[in-house]
Amino acid sequence: MTGDLKIVLEFSAGAELLFDNIKKREITLPSTEKWTIRNLLKWMKENILRERPELFIQGDTVRPGILVLINDTDWELLGELDYELQQKDNILFISTLHGG
Amino acid sequence: MAAETKIDDEIEKLRQEIQELRRNCAAKEKRLSELEAQQQKQNEQANAQQQQTSASSDQMLNNDDIARYSRQLILPNFGVKGQLKLKQTAFLIVGMGGLGCPSSQYLLAAGCGRLGLVDYDEVERSNFHRQTLHTEMSIGMAKVESAKQALQQINPHCQIECHRLLLNSENALEILRQYDVVLDCTDNVATRYLLNDACVMLNKPLISGSALQMDGQLTVYNYGENCPCYRCLYPVPPPPDTVTNCGDGGVLGAITGVIGSLQALEAIKVALGGLGGEVLAGRLLIFDGGRCQFRNIRLRSKRADCDVCSPKPMITQLIDYEQFCGMHASDKDMALNILPLENRLTVEEYKNEVLQRKHILMDVRQPAEFEICRLPNSENVPLKTILNDSYLQRFEEELKDEERGIILLCRRGNDSQLAAQHILQRFPQRAVFDIKGGLHAWHFKIDNSFPIY
Repeated sequence: MTGDLKIVLEFSAGAELLFDNIKKREITLPSTEKWTIRNLLKWMKENILRERPELFIQGDTVRPGILVLINDTDWELLGELDYELQQKDNILFISTLHGG
Repeated sequence: MAAETKIDDEIEKLRQEIQELRRNCAAKEKRLSELEAQQQKQNEQANAQQQQTSASSDQMLNNDDIARYSRQLILPNFGVKGQLKLKQTAFLIVGMGGLGCPSSQYLLAAGCGRLGLVDYDEVERSNFHRQTLHTEMSIGMAKVESAKQALQQINPHCQIECHRLLLNSENALEILRQYDVVLDCTDNVATRYLLNDACVMLNKPLISGSALQMDGQLTVYNYGENCPCYRCLYPVPPPPDTVTNCGDGGVLGAITGVIGSLQALEAIKVALGGLGGEVLAGRLLIFDGGRCQFRNIRLRSKRADCDVCSPKPMITQLIDYEQFCGMHASDKDMALNILPLENRLTVEEYKNEVLQRKHILMDVRQPAEFEICRLPNSENVPLKTILNDSYLQRFEEELKDEERGIILLCRRGNDSQLAAQHILQRFPQRAVFDIKGGLHAWHFKIDNSFPIY
């Protein structure tokens, strides 16, 4: 169907372990609604999140310690949960590392 | 038999003798380094007196400096000015592990003036694959002392100061104050918040590196106008059960090597005002060693309501960071205690009383760990497959037999409790036990030929 939203999801530094250990995937979201990061997170929880959800989501946002990047830019610069997804956007989820 | 005993005796004797020699050697090395330090101090004093009439030693390069640093001196953006600046800069490295070893090595080799090393810990065998300054000779020695010895061999002209302690709210400011640039080479969340807050309060740039498994991350905090601090990015600490350390998750030495070397690079750039390029402030470098991919992410600017770096901070003096994070300021695992005592077996009880009876021994470690070593009668049932209940199908037959005990085992006796707790919730009437202290206890109390890692 035309008008479907195609975006790329990427996971880094261990965040992929919660999503079948797949680091990069293309997904297609139906054009039936306006897609923001907020409902993308919900969609992810319902469709592709495999391990304990609390390790990824707390309330309606990501848990502390996960950075969200939209096209390589911190989502805080772009409206966070309210950012409206565009065709071919790249959304990257990074777990913060603490080891040394 | 007699011949075997004789060989055993001789082996034991040799082992003891070698150990004694090592101890002797370590003592002599220590004495030597003390004397050398004393000598260096005397020489420096003599030099200082001599140079009072001319320029002091960090105001000019001598012939040794010129020969030693020639390959960086001829870099257009570095030059004599850069070398002198480096000589006048004091760097503090917090954590002499996988990141601290390479970063201290490059900073010192490049000719930094003064280098401070902070670590409370001692050298052990599991450090060697990534902490490349420590050697077989330094097992049991303080990491800062072992690193100092190795570093002095690389460049005897720099002053190295050892701080053998666990950095905390009481001592951090006093130590950090003595240095210009701070490198966060630590291994835990609490110390990362502590260093961040202390660096904001003292206005010191902080070069922050981290690594785990095949990934690394690097950024510079507190450098330049709009650079966010650690708290701007992470106002709330992560839940403790989402934090993995190198001891549990593993890490490849070359990964910490990459990030540690880059920390030294950024520290030098910070000291020299950018070195004609751009310091990694306000950006995060992500290294995916599995794909050998570097990625540069643009970070947010300062958080207007940041608890520590905003114009009206809530935190104006250091707090209790272990309490704030709910985690200890080390990467050592703490013993969990969540299972009722009656569901816990000691290794002796297991060996003497349970082993002969009908039971399933589930080893809940990762398959890679199970492959390293295992008890002969154990089944590998990773914790994940217990928590998501997929073990129910796998052991459908065995579980029908209600007489059969379920024994849970892991490396140190923490995950085995989580597993036992989960199984007990489903089968409250069954005999479900974990083995206290896990395979480590097995090594120490039952069979010391069983490996520990």
